[in-house]
Amino acid sequence: MSESLIEESILSRPTYGTLAIAPGLAHYFVADASGAECVIRVAEAAPRDFMEKVHILYVPTPGENALITALYALGAKRFEHFPTIDDAVARLGDWLSDARMGSQLYLAGTETLIGKAVAAAEECGLDHSAVQCEHRGSLARRVQCVHCKTMIEKVTTQPVKCPSCDLLLLVRDHYSRRLAAFQGVCINAEDPTEDIEIREVFK
Amino acid sequence: MTIQFRNETFRNDFTYANSPGNIPRFPFPFPEDVYMYSTNVEPHHATRAGSPFENAFDVDEHYVAEMKDRALVLAEDPGRCQALPHMETAGWDFVELVMVSKARDYPDLFELTIDGDRWHWINKPLQIDDSFIFGDSSTLPCHPMEYIGRQVQGDHAILDQRDGNLWLDAGIITAQADWSLDFDIGMNFFEWHAPVPLAHELGVFQRALKFLLSLPQGQPSRRLNWTLTVNPRLDTSPENYPKWGPDRTTVTPENIGEKVHLRVELQTFWRLPRSNAILFPIRTYLMAMNEVVTQPKWGRRLHRVMRDLRPELVEYKGLSRYHPMLVEWLSQFDDGALTSPGIFPD
Repeated sequence: MSESLIEESILSRPTYGTLAIAPGLAHYFVADASGAECVIRVAEAAPRDFMEKVHILYVPTPGENALITALYALGAKRFEHFPTIDDAVARLGDWLSDARMGSQLYLAGTETLIGKAVAAAEECGLDHSAVQCEHRGSLARRVQCVHCKTMIEKVTTQPVKCPSCDLLLLVRDHYSRRLAAFQGVCINAEDPTEDIEIREVFK
Repeated sequence: MTIQFRNETFRNDFTYANSPGNIPRFPFPFPEDVYMYSTNVEPHHATRAGSPFENAFDVDEHYVAEMKDRALVLAEDPGRCQALPHMETAGWDFVELVMVSKARDYPDLFELTIDGDRWHWINKPLQIDDSFIFGDSSTLPCHPMEYIGRQVQGDHAILDQRDGNLWLDAGIITAQADWSLDFDIGMNFFEWHAPVPLAHELGVFQRALKFLLSLPQGQPSRRLNWTLTVNPRLDTSPENYPKWGPDRTTVTPENIGEKVHLRVELQTFWRLPRSNAILFPIRTYLMAMNEVVTQPKWGRRLHRVMRDLRPELVEYKGLSRYHPMLVEWLSQFDDGALTSPGIFPD
């Protein structure tokens, strides 16, 4: 069962399911620390020869080793770990550009990991029906400031101040898969003197 | 037919206005005294001489000024014109449709000579005289969509069709009612309409998509959409919201007639022949309240529509700050008389 706590929202806001093995010739997994348990769950329930077709990319939290060991022990054909989501997603791009028809992609973890990996997979021409996502961990958002186009990582507050243009941004549910980001729009543009409370909402 | 092109601005000093003769041809968007979403699509065939529905691409007195405003927006923010790599053929389809239509409908303003793939295009109002090889983008100064998009009023989105959906994969968008091409490019039909309230629940977009997916070549369609804008500003993009948002606090009972504009989008839909994409022109018409109420039927009806508008729509269209004031102001033009059906003035 998915443990995601995302509420029902507008249609551009992604929803996530629960990873389950789909028929395929090769199976690519990308996870961060919050999603590692999903990969382990799927692998443990898999038929015997499954791991011979599995490629895993992992982004640990700094200093953490136990999950690296556990994922390595699954015996995948390839297992690599990277310090950042961007590095892992770049590697995914390399792997997918060599991938054959019938490949399946499984993503597990935070929305930022899922969003960036989905965008990379689309760029590689992987059909969206071959991508599964399971959300775990923080609900922190990646936000694009619509005014100055700055990407703001790990946003947990509503509104959020753009570090580049200083405008106070309403974080909308409107989401771009291509940018892997939510849209941030100035919340007090009509009356900049308006006082607005900043609250922690994306935990 | 000769058109006197107005020298006017859509920013700063806002000298934009409609000449008296232009007012009755405004595409007033309310065929009845109440408004709610509907999939109000009809064939885009020539209707009523002199109306904006007479020609494929309506050219009016604001043409030259609008193209100057577009050039200003693009110079400031090139991201308003973007096309994903697979959309070049659709760009050429767009070039052909506009050039052929305008040369046919306005022969005194536009001339097109076709000799095989050698095309010669003359746009007299914008003083353009270009020869190019059709289909060869290196013979144009820019992407074909941008080239022709700078010569035709209205924003233009091009929708790729695949997987039973429409994808917003290209556009030249400088006069939008608060949506961002840079953010929405690459989205499917439901995703880029996601922020619109109520309509999804009513099934409006499901029906509209079904209709558009089977849109045939040579049978374009149209619908009207509307909002209100303070000052005759074309560029009400989210990018520039901090520039135009404060305008909404400047409305007073004294200036409301000149400040608040009815903003109408004449949206048309065209199946393109080579790419099988859909061209989606969004042509914006602006008219000050003072100009609208010169037509008694429109004054009466606009009062009733605004008075009874659903609260979700008041909020979504950004009218909250001045909506009660506007209803009060419009009430002086409503004597309670019956209005005739349809959008045209009596």
